[in-house]
Amino acid sequence: MAANTVQEAKVQEPLFGKKERKLLTDPLSDNNPITVQVLGICSALAVTSLVLPSLVISIAVVFVCAFSSLITSLVRNAIPSQVRMIVQLVIIASLVTVVELALKAFNYPVYKQLSVYIGLIITNCIVMGRLEAFAMANKPWRSFLDGIGNGLGYGAILIIVAVIREVFGKGSLFAGSPLEMKFIGASDDYMINTLTSDWFGWYSNNNLMVLPAAAMFIIGILIWIQRSRNPKLVDIS
Amino acid sequence: MGEFINTFIQAAFVENLVLAYFLGMCSYLAVSKTVKTAFGLGLAVIFVLVVTMPINWLINEYLLSENGLFGVDLVFLRLILFIAVIASMVQLVEMIVEKVSPSLYNSLGIFLPLITVNCAILGGSLFMVAREYNFNESIAFGLGGGFGWFLAIIAIAAIREKIRYSNVPPALRGLGMAFILTGLMGIAFMSLMGIDPAAFAAK
Repeated sequence: MAANTVQEAKVQEPLFGKKERKLLTDPLSDNNPITVQVLGICSALAVTSLVLPSLVISIAVVFVCAFSSLITSLVRNAIPSQVRMIVQLVIIASLVTVVELALKAFNYPVYKQLSVYIGLIITNCIVMGRLEAFAMANKPWRSFLDGIGNGLGYGAILIIVAVIREVFGKGSLFAGSPLEMKFIGASDDYMINTLTSDWFGWYSNNNLMVLPAAAMFIIGILIWIQRSRNPKLVDIS
Repeated sequence: MGEFINTFIQAAFVENLVLAYFLGMCSYLAVSKTVKTAFGLGLAVIFVLVVTMPINWLINEYLLSENGLFGVDLVFLRLILFIAVIASMVQLVEMIVEKVSPSLYNSLGIFLPLITVNCAILGGSLFMVAREYNFNESIAFGLGGGFGWFLAIIAIAAIREKIRYSNVPPALRGLGMAFILTGLMGIAFMSLMGIDPAAFAAK
């Protein structure tokens, strides 16, 4: 009997209908959490000077965002509205603790490098914002997809920024991982050694890109590009 | 005392929470449209930081550490406890402000509960653990960090009020400009890295 009703519900709402797909793709462009909703800039910009930690943070945020949405959505009818913030925070904090311990166990160097920023996923406004705006009012499966979509939208911006900063700031890509590639720099470790090269003697890596401020400039420019392509997003104030 | 001043200057200027670590960015960008609201939020952040940092220090030292009250390593509970302390402190502050000064309460409005999810608050506590501050330093760090945050939000709000009359490309108006301004301010604040806090402490 129970199985029957589940099946009926599935017939009414296809697992990957148009709406569900929109939930996944919307946050990647028109409703991007960072450039449009302006949420979650806090915790992770300081880690974008290298690609590897940004990738780790992005995966962690996708995980936390998806599962906190799922859990909140499952218990949403049992949460009294006065204490909902605290309940949401406890759910998020437990998931982040899981991520923190897993990272500590499997990749200690990256854990050390990220230090407080893993813990700061708790106060990442995207997670909290999606719980408040979506998961408290929608069914579990959709909330789960919404969580994944927003996590990915956030991760996409993070990785774009990190790639730009690492390539131009350090002349490498994926430094610290097995995939490490070193393109250009002033020693023999790099593919092009600017000290000995005939063609690239003039080049040196841009130290501005290593500074935190560079992340702000790059995101500002990304917003500029996105808004000039899509005038709907321009704010009037 | 020297140690206290040292940590204060370090937290407020050299390692400004917003401009060097990007903490508390969300409310920093959302609330910095006018100086008046920025001022109120800045004060509230200072207050909450100063109150929560020592409490979290005590919790970390006497409840969670191995030689604390329970004698077991409870560090894995740190995140949950810290955020619970912050959430309840913000609730308490909200209630006190409402009782003591209803006019201030009304002018702060929704920004008071928002402080719970301000990364600068949790970030402050986590930095305190990572850098192994002692009790005095944790108070100094709370005060300095809050003051630095206050300075940064007042500065950006003032600039944004003025820049409204400038001829900025439409697509860059508002948010995009705020990002680039913050980046420029971050570079400007870097010149303060030349400050040697130890020199102040010696005097």
